[in-house]
Amino acid sequence: MRADDFLHPTPAGLYCPQGDFFIDPVRPVPRALITHGHGDHARAGHGAVLATRQTLEIMAIRYGEGFAGTTQAAEGPVTIGGVGVSFHPAGHVLGSAQIRLAPEGGPVIVVSGDYCRTPNPVCAPWEPVPCDVFVTEATFGLPVFKHPDPAAETRRLLASMAEFPDRAHLVGAYALGKAQRVIALVRQAGHDGPIHLHGAVQRLTDYHVEQGIALGDLRPATVPKEIEGQLVIAPPSAFASPWVQRFRDPVISFASGWMAVRARARQRGVELPLVISDHVDWPQLTQTLTELRPDEVWVTHGAEEGLVRWCELNQLRARPLRLVGYEEDEE
Amino acid sequence: MRAFADLLERLAFTPSRNAKLQLLQHYLERTPDPDRGYAFAALTGDLKLRTVTPGLLRGLVEERFDPELFRLSYDFVGDLAETIALIWDGEAQGELSVSAAVHLLETTGKAGLPAAIAGVLDRLGPSERLAFLKLATGNLRIGLSARLARTALAQMGGPELHEIEELWHGLTPPFTELFAWIGGGARPESAALAPFRPVMLSTPTDLDELRALDPADHVAEWKWDGIRVQAVSDGGVRRLYSRTGEDISGAFPDVIAAMNYDGALDGELVVRREGAVASFNDLQQRLNRKTVSKPMLSSHPAGLRVYDALIWQGADLRGLPLMERRAVLESADFGSEMIDLSPLLTFATWDDLAALRADPPDPVIEGVMIKRRDSVYVGGRPRGPWFKWKRDPRVVDAVLMYAQRGHGKRSGFYSDFTFGLWDGEALVPVGKAYFGFTDEELRELDRFVRNNTVERFGPVRAVAPKLVVEVAFEGVNRSTRHKSGVAMRFPRISLIRWDKPVAEADRLETLEAMIDDPNVFGSDAARAGTRHGRKKRREEGAG
Repeated sequence: MRADDFLHPTPAGLYCPQGDFFIDPVRPVPRALITHGHGDHARAGHGAVLATRQTLEIMAIRYGEGFAGTTQAAEGPVTIGGVGVSFHPAGHVLGSAQIRLAPEGGPVIVVSGDYCRTPNPVCAPWEPVPCDVFVTEATFGLPVFKHPDPAAETRRLLASMAEFPDRAHLVGAYALGKAQRVIALVRQAGHDGPIHLHGAVQRLTDYHVEQGIALGDLRPATVPKEIEGQLVIAPPSAFASPWVQRFRDPVISFASGWMAVRARARQRGVELPLVISDHVDWPQLTQTLTELRPDEVWVTHGAEEGLVRWCELNQLRARPLRLVGYEEDEE
Repeated sequence: MRAFADLLERLAFTPSRNAKLQLLQHYLERTPDPDRGYAFAALTGDLKLRTVTPGLLRGLVEERFDPELFRLSYDFVGDLAETIALIWDGEAQGELSVSAAVHLLETTGKAGLPAAIAGVLDRLGPSERLAFLKLATGNLRIGLSARLARTALAQMGGPELHEIEELWHGLTPPFTELFAWIGGGARPESAALAPFRPVMLSTPTDLDELRALDPADHVAEWKWDGIRVQAVSDGGVRRLYSRTGEDISGAFPDVIAAMNYDGALDGELVVRREGAVASFNDLQQRLNRKTVSKPMLSSHPAGLRVYDALIWQGADLRGLPLMERRAVLESADFGSEMIDLSPLLTFATWDDLAALRADPPDPVIEGVMIKRRDSVYVGGRPRGPWFKWKRDPRVVDAVLMYAQRGHGKRSGFYSDFTFGLWDGEALVPVGKAYFGFTDEELRELDRFVRNNTVERFGPVRAVAPKLVVEVAFEGVNRSTRHKSGVAMRFPRISLIRWDKPVAEADRLETLEAMIDDPNVFGSDAARAGTRHGRKKRREEGAG
């Protein structure tokens, strides 16, 4: 049997017929395995959900306790319809996992979800999982994407705060993962003053703290007098809303791998682009494929063409799955 | 190079003028000579290096990278130097100073240049690679004018801006003497002949404001629709400066040749035929060129209409009242029929002047200038002594924002333009225009779009806000369908203002103010006639 018979793309997402489940489905399904809590991968309304405990808790925060019919936390390998299933850290955000499938009589397939190999103070590090088929993202699947050291990017933020001490620095960062990582990076860089939070990042940040991640003095970004000249973390969408009007002359920043490209930063109206990414960059992507050396590489979303071309040049069998519904901007 | 790269990165994304000034000032304060001088020269366009062409850069890439991966990357990034800086494999190894980079580019022969550039790229980090490539290609694209850069020098606590500007054209990179002067040392002695002196600018006014003033204290003259210049002839050295101090002598050898006097004159650069002043469109044919052809010199001869004198035959007149300077000019011999004095208007009341303004004798007049008789000549834009009272507006100077490829005869050309006006510090698109220009102008616009693309959305390109276009239109209505809240009727690009700084493009308020203004609708018959003629010519050209 071919690998496709064990896992293949459908309009709802990747489907495993033998186990009768989907991975990261984009529409409600009876049984879903979920790699991580970002909204485009983890949606509400499934019958049964299997995910890491933290991903389940994050989904409950985002969607409410009844986000699925039943839930099961992934703790050690399980078998679903003859398919061995296990979850392995992906290094992307808190709770993120790669899902390893070992179907009876079939190839070992690892669905990476989104992953990152740069050490991240707010989640467990990525682990290599040997496999026959590696299903990878390619968000940054072009050789122009070489993410710089996040500590160096954080120093640029602090340098700007020193240069413009009277201007609030508003760092756009997605509410799950990036926001907390930026805070942790800023703490590691030695900034111990208060950091102010937009309401939309508050609950997930609280959750990180509950999980034992020290993030220091955090305050809501509500009192106008207290936020001038301060560091503020907000979801990027907030910059287009009247929320920003409370700041007199803010420095708009955005922490994202896309900020490596100037046109992207300009499009966002960003004054201080920070290249901080929770995804593998090109060197990490290609290093991963070189190390794992799977029989086949399937590319789920992102710059598939670039990665598939690289595989071609390096004698790796690869094909794009062209899955729809995953947002490249969730970064 | 590290600090220079950081500076370029910040400047490229910083919209605010004051923040730009601060960043540059701090860089200059923290960077030693001669690095800061070379960096400064790179920012002001005064660093003349061997030009590294896009072709050379492509050659470097072809040697090292898979063409398909490079193509995909370049498509995504949209800028060649940036793509190369990002894709290049290399780790920062030690520090390469700006002066060392400049020295390398200056001294390496053409044959050795590709290898030398690759060698430098190999030992720089990514942001420094971009800074180095921008330096090498001479295209920094950071939206910082030379004048703004000099303003940063003036903020360092030493000499004032006008003192620096007076000396500027005698200085060369790395400006060590200039920085010594700023740091408290001696004023550089090497002041060149024919320096630029800060230009005196006017503030806009209207009849209501004027009524508060005594007409007897003022003189008025026509405001000619050319470009404001300073024409300096000093001990055999002749220079023509734009009002921001850029030396534009090279494009106007005829004017330079006509400057048979000794002094510094303030006037309007215009195309003149048989004494008459030709349209701005005629002058425009002469602008934005490094050199000028003989046929162009004879078909579009340029001259000056003089407003004022700063220096005349060795005497600095700037401290004298306007009427005394004027007396000097009235008895002066400018040494050429291409240079004459802008006449004063006769009026007793502001209503007299309003009548003159409403019916000017020449379509190239764009309003009147009103100046206090006792005004001394001071650089900058002091509020009070000088006013401009422009003719009723029915055109706006907008900034080109997006361009879309055309169809049919214009296939492959970026011919449909979206332009915008300032709203706060942002540009808001206010309309689209796809005619009004000649075929030749279309080619120039297309080239501009391709060279200044910042992003592509399918067939549409977003261009860097660098080009001002004068948009003529029949009227303006409120609109809920447009983001700007206004809709222009029948907009067309009436002039391409290669000369006009983007910051001086019109504001959205200006357009909004025209909504209820009946004068918008072609009150000026003479001007309308010109427009019609111009449009007709263009249609012939476009056919």
